[in-house]
Amino acid sequence: MQARQDSSLFGQAPVALPPLDSPQWQSPWRAFGWGLRSITQTILTLVLFATYLGIGALAHDTHFSLLWALCSTLFVWAGPAQIILITTLGSGATVIQSAIAVTVSAIRLFPMVVSVLPLMRTPTTKRGELFFAAHLTAVTLWVECHRFLPQVPRERRIAFVNGLGFGLVSVCLTANTIGYFLAANLTQTLGAAILLLTPLSFLFSTARNSREVADVVALALGVLLYPLAAKMNSGLDILVSGLVAGTIAYGVHWWREVRA
Amino acid sequence: MSAAQIIGDWQALVVLFVAGVVPNQIWRMLGLWFGGGIDEGSELLVWVRAVATAILAGVIAQIVVQPPGALASVPDGLRYGAVGAGLVVFLLTRRSIFAGVVAGEVFMLAGKWWLG
Repeated sequence: MQARQDSSLFGQAPVALPPLDSPQWQSPWRAFGWGLRSITQTILTLVLFATYLGIGALAHDTHFSLLWALCSTLFVWAGPAQIILITTLGSGATVIQSAIAVTVSAIRLFPMVVSVLPLMRTPTTKRGELFFAAHLTAVTLWVECHRFLPQVPRERRIAFVNGLGFGLVSVCLTANTIGYFLAANLTQTLGAAILLLTPLSFLFSTARNSREVADVVALALGVLLYPLAAKMNSGLDILVSGLVAGTIAYGVHWWREVRA
Repeated sequence: MSAAQIIGDWQALVVLFVAGVVPNQIWRMLGLWFGGGIDEGSELLVWVRAVATAILAGVIAQIVVQPPGALASVPDGLRYGAVGAGLVVFLLTRRSIFAGVVAGEVFMLAGKWWLG
């Protein structure tokens, strides 16, 4: 539903994939290759690169190891969760507090997986075949699936998505490594510039994905309420401001629905 | 850079698993197992999405308000100004993420240079 708007909003040329009946699609490995190649077809790859450059630098400046940063990208594979994890742990929160904040932030993966997997399922698809697709699902893949998959034959979609996800993960691992070393070696000013990439790219990509009033209110209030919540110094600042701002945003949505 | 810095200790990886990997995979695997019967537009999911967005917003604010590492060397006003300038350009360019990020970065770097 939302993805259609996305591709048009980005104003990109139609996706350059072979026609649905092309022999190019006969082999699953070819389909994987087309998925891999599709990372060059989207501006989101660049946004991801900048974001993960920032995450690598952030990991360095909050004293996590490079291996740790790479493992978080590979196994967590959700930028917001990684940032929440690094900033909360880095600012002295307990493991439990971080785990709660990350768990709540990750709930949004559930509806994404629920909406994206039916695009790849065929009547004979086994659940296990969708494991990697489920793991790779995060906001970028979710947006791109809605854009690319209509042009991929249904029986090749899992292979295509695995290729696309593999490509995006590789880009992000590379960006993490570069960001980590840059943070270690750059002047303070350039190091700060790389760290600033994270809040900027997340703010604007989330604003871009916000189409309903509830999303906009949640984003704006969430930013504004955090400094207030931080004054309470409870260690749960992010959870408190998130729950309050999110619930108010839902209230606005509910109120508009009732009036409508 | 030392090997210890690159590899780190195993405790940190355990923390990553407990506080990072498990909390994310739970939701993905629930989506994989029970995905069929959930209405994407249900009211509960609207609320969940709003809270998740607000949590992310809080993290964005935290990085800017209580900056880590090298970012702390940038004065408060300049950090807020950079985000503000980026936001204005983002809105003026019909929500171009790229233009917004570049504008914020240029503002910050120019301010740093100006302040010396």
